[in-house]
Amino acid sequence: MHCYETKYDVIVVGAGHAGCEAALAPARMGCLTLLLNMSLDGMAVMSCNPSIGGLAKGHLVREIDALGGEMAKNIDATGIQFRVLNTRKGPAVRAGRAQADKQLYRLRMKYVLEHQDNLHVKQGEVTALYMQGDELMGVDTRSGIRFIGRTVILTTGTFMRGLIHIGLINYPGGRAGDLPSAGLSDDLRGLGFDVGRLKTGTPARLDGRTIDFSRLEAQYSDDNPVPFSFSTKRITMPQIPCYIAYTNSKTHEIIRSGLDRSPLYSGVIEGIGPRYCPSIEDKIVRFPEKERHQTFIEPEGLETVEYYPSGMSSSLPIDIQIAFYRSMEGLEKVEMMRPAYGIEYDYVNPIQLHATLETKLIKNLFHAGQINGTSGYEEAAGQGLLAGINAALRVKGKEPVRFARHESYIGVMVDDLVTLGVKEPYRMFTSRAEHRLLLREDNADIRLRDLGYRLGLVDEDTYSDFCNKKDEINKELERIKVTRIGLTPVEKEWCSHHDCKDIQKGTTLDQILRRPEIGYDQLQEIDQISKELTKEVREQVEIQIKYQGYISRQMEQIERMRKQEEVRIPEEFDYNNIPGLTLEVQEKLKRYKPDTLGQAARIEGITPAAVAIVAVMLKSRGEQKVES
Amino acid sequence: MYILDTIAAIATPLGAGGIGIVRVSGPDSESIGKLIFSGSKKIIGGGFESHRLFYGRFFHPSDGFLIDEGMLVLMRAPRSYTREDVLELHCHGGYLIVSKLLDACVAAGARLAEPGEFTRRAFLNGRIDLAQAESISDIISSSTDRSLALAQSQREGHLSRSLAELRSPLIDALALVEAYIDFPEDEVDPLVIGAVLDRIAAVRSSLQKLLDTFTTAKVLREGVSVLLLGRPNAGKSSLLNALTGTERAIVSHLPGTTRDLIEETVSLYGLPVKIIDAAGIRSHHFDSVEQEGVRRALDKVGSADLILLLIDGSKPVLNEDLELASNLGKTPYLLVLTKSDLPHMVDTAKFENAIGICPVSAKQAVGINDLTMFIYDYFVSSSVVSSDGVALVSTVRHRDILLRAFSSLERFSYNQLINSPPELLSLDLREALSALGEITGETTADELLDLIFSSFCIGK
Repeated sequence: MHCYETKYDVIVVGAGHAGCEAALAPARMGCLTLLLNMSLDGMAVMSCNPSIGGLAKGHLVREIDALGGEMAKNIDATGIQFRVLNTRKGPAVRAGRAQADKQLYRLRMKYVLEHQDNLHVKQGEVTALYMQGDELMGVDTRSGIRFIGRTVILTTGTFMRGLIHIGLINYPGGRAGDLPSAGLSDDLRGLGFDVGRLKTGTPARLDGRTIDFSRLEAQYSDDNPVPFSFSTKRITMPQIPCYIAYTNSKTHEIIRSGLDRSPLYSGVIEGIGPRYCPSIEDKIVRFPEKERHQTFIEPEGLETVEYYPSGMSSSLPIDIQIAFYRSMEGLEKVEMMRPAYGIEYDYVNPIQLHATLETKLIKNLFHAGQINGTSGYEEAAGQGLLAGINAALRVKGKEPVRFARHESYIGVMVDDLVTLGVKEPYRMFTSRAEHRLLLREDNADIRLRDLGYRLGLVDEDTYSDFCNKKDEINKELERIKVTRIGLTPVEKEWCSHHDCKDIQKGTTLDQILRRPEIGYDQLQEIDQISKELTKEVREQVEIQIKYQGYISRQMEQIERMRKQEEVRIPEEFDYNNIPGLTLEVQEKLKRYKPDTLGQAARIEGITPAAVAIVAVMLKSRGEQKVES
Repeated sequence: MYILDTIAAIATPLGAGGIGIVRVSGPDSESIGKLIFSGSKKIIGGGFESHRLFYGRFFHPSDGFLIDEGMLVLMRAPRSYTREDVLELHCHGGYLIVSKLLDACVAAGARLAEPGEFTRRAFLNGRIDLAQAESISDIISSSTDRSLALAQSQREGHLSRSLAELRSPLIDALALVEAYIDFPEDEVDPLVIGAVLDRIAAVRSSLQKLLDTFTTAKVLREGVSVLLLGRPNAGKSSLLNALTGTERAIVSHLPGTTRDLIEETVSLYGLPVKIIDAAGIRSHHFDSVEQEGVRRALDKVGSADLILLLIDGSKPVLNEDLELASNLGKTPYLLVLTKSDLPHMVDTAKFENAIGICPVSAKQAVGINDLTMFIYDYFVSSSVVSSDGVALVSTVRHRDILLRAFSSLERFSYNQLINSPPELLSLDLREALSALGEITGETTADELLDLIFSSFCIGK
């Protein structure tokens, strides 16, 4: 093994969506970073759907941006259809979604990585961690180079022992067209990691020249595309539509006729697939009463004829695939360019991680992305960013960063992963966030920008723009609290026009704004100053005022739990022989090894009384130590 | 762990003790004290002097209802059990007074403490030393109302079973709302408003029914009625006088003195008891006025909560007495043997349906205490323990939880009425579920997703 002369602070293994953020963050924080990928043409590839964002995922993208990550800027620069979802629902559950030009997305990220100071990008397949005793020293690659690094971040995606299924045919692959990574997961298992198997899948790619779009319903971008990044002023990419198509009873019949050759139903696939992203055969088996299923036929880019039929992933044999795609209206003559396939891959149970994403077994080793059992580009990127930040903080000898559940979706996700573990691929949903009303896309910067700046990931200009915005918001909140309506004839007229004749003289503007029927759009008719506010400030103030009652209810809950959340349980804490803890609870705590009392309380089957007992023992053992 | 709010709990064992103590801990302790207590002593500088007992009266802050007289002591932080401001309210013992007092504290801004929470706070605030910490786990694991023991656990089983039934429509509704929120591009049908509303309304009315079973709500508001029955001159009026402490009924040795019904309400350890003294029951009626009284008395049998069947203990049992006992139908009766100062002549085995036997001598005030205690226990514990397996709500904690669930659902209906966005509807449903979860166990995010994925064809 040739030992490479440069010694790195951080080595990132894998340059998918997790790896890119995991490499950029430490490099931007001043750490010498190496990013290794099996192929340098395969960085930031969108292996599945050509889009970023969506419910809860869009929230993650905004948080990544607030913390100085790259994903939001990358999609803003390469997105070809931007839409805000759930516009008719409240602000907390609105989210942006954008389709990307896949190749442009990948190339722009490659450009950013290659031009980042402190970052070396190299091709190489990591086959093992390089350990000296218990200490992590670096990584070994297949081509015989050993890289020395103080910290290592593994972001292996679907590549570890990847196995592609098309019907009953299967062969090893990291994704269609790429080799799998062999050896690394065996190495991890040997080191004591709990390695399991998951399954996911992707639909076929269809030739747009053979689709009759005139028979499909088009769906266009929003008129004023809203960027993901707080720093992007305007979306400049051309915007193109996608199309809606449907399956029919014939499609379903064809699919049923192929089930005997489905690896999923014949038991060939062992890995557990995601329920929220079922294959088309899965949908037809589980919901036989449904007469048709909807699919969005999405362009993969501006310059390609490849189209992605969402929701139509499959691991059925090729002949069935061709037949069922062609059974759909508008797709009668469709040519399949890449077949749909299922893929099984290795992951490591994330309960073996701290909330910093460092592994509990090996110091200085971090895991992010699909290796932790998640699915989705945004989930991966969020973890990559957190792992990258914490690797850098470790190198600098600083305290790690942990995100609380009430601060960010990243915090909810990581807490779910490390306290509950993973049984199926984990995807973010807004329903997972108990403090959903606080964790909105619109306030991601208010929640996280300060932290991003303190970490050195947000530049001065961006930060000062942010501070100005925050000042404006506070000033406006103050102003409407003290500004009262005098009920002049004009204002009286305005009140009756807007169905609120009950407004009394002396009512403050914030009280008026609290009414469901009144927003700034209405208020500005009688309030000159609100006309001058920026859109961002108006949006923030309006949301804060309208949600106020609910927000304060959530804040109260958080305050109540805070103390418990923050009590840390030392790694070496011994759960044996604690009076009052049942054996079952002891076993569970030993297996999960929670980092904090808050985590312990969320583990299934751990009662409040058990948590209280642990709290007491922690305290008493802590005092013993101090005394001795 | 809950450090910013103020908690309250009954500190003495439940049941009829001599003294009951309600303990309050947290920053609002003093203001709660001021709200519910009116004392004779002047309060120094607008506040209670620390570690000093004050005598006065406790009132319910919402309606000014006088609960009891008693004493209050404030122990200011850090010189207290939890190292927070701690307020102790000492009142007369007995489940109802103490729960009413606790209720008053909650109405004045306290939150009901969780089991072991005082100790937990004491520990978290560094109040408990090492030796105490070693034994604390026992305290915590046994602090869930040990005194109610078996009856409690059985009842809790009934309650949590009926709550589990209420929970499932709530989860269904929540899954609908969540699927509607989280999968905007899928074909989740928009909320079928009517269907959800109906199901929630049904849950609300079930909650209301459960709340109605709450002992203090029912018993305290309406009281109970006790009918005194017995042959003429069995000593009914003397007993009534002994119970009420007044010469309300005319007492004479001539049988049939009481011709009309006499009703008197007394407070037994805070439990309002309406005692009805009826005319003596005889097979042969000469006096038409008396006859009318007897008819009225027998009318009352069905509507009374308890009958005290009085038998002259100094005389052998007559067939008339046995006949009377067998005519009481389903109304439970307690056999009261009067004139216990005289030699005992009654074969009590013949009254096999009696729920108990109490010898008294009204004249010499013997056994009156045992009798009142019996009546009190009978009502309090019989509302606590349900005989027919119907879920009953009898602790303030449970009532508090159900009230929270109820008001969350009220908010849900209101929000739906004004077309609030679905994430607010979800919050209301989640709060209701989380309240019920304190009795039945939490609803996990995974459970919810399971339901979403099994009910809706979702995903791309």
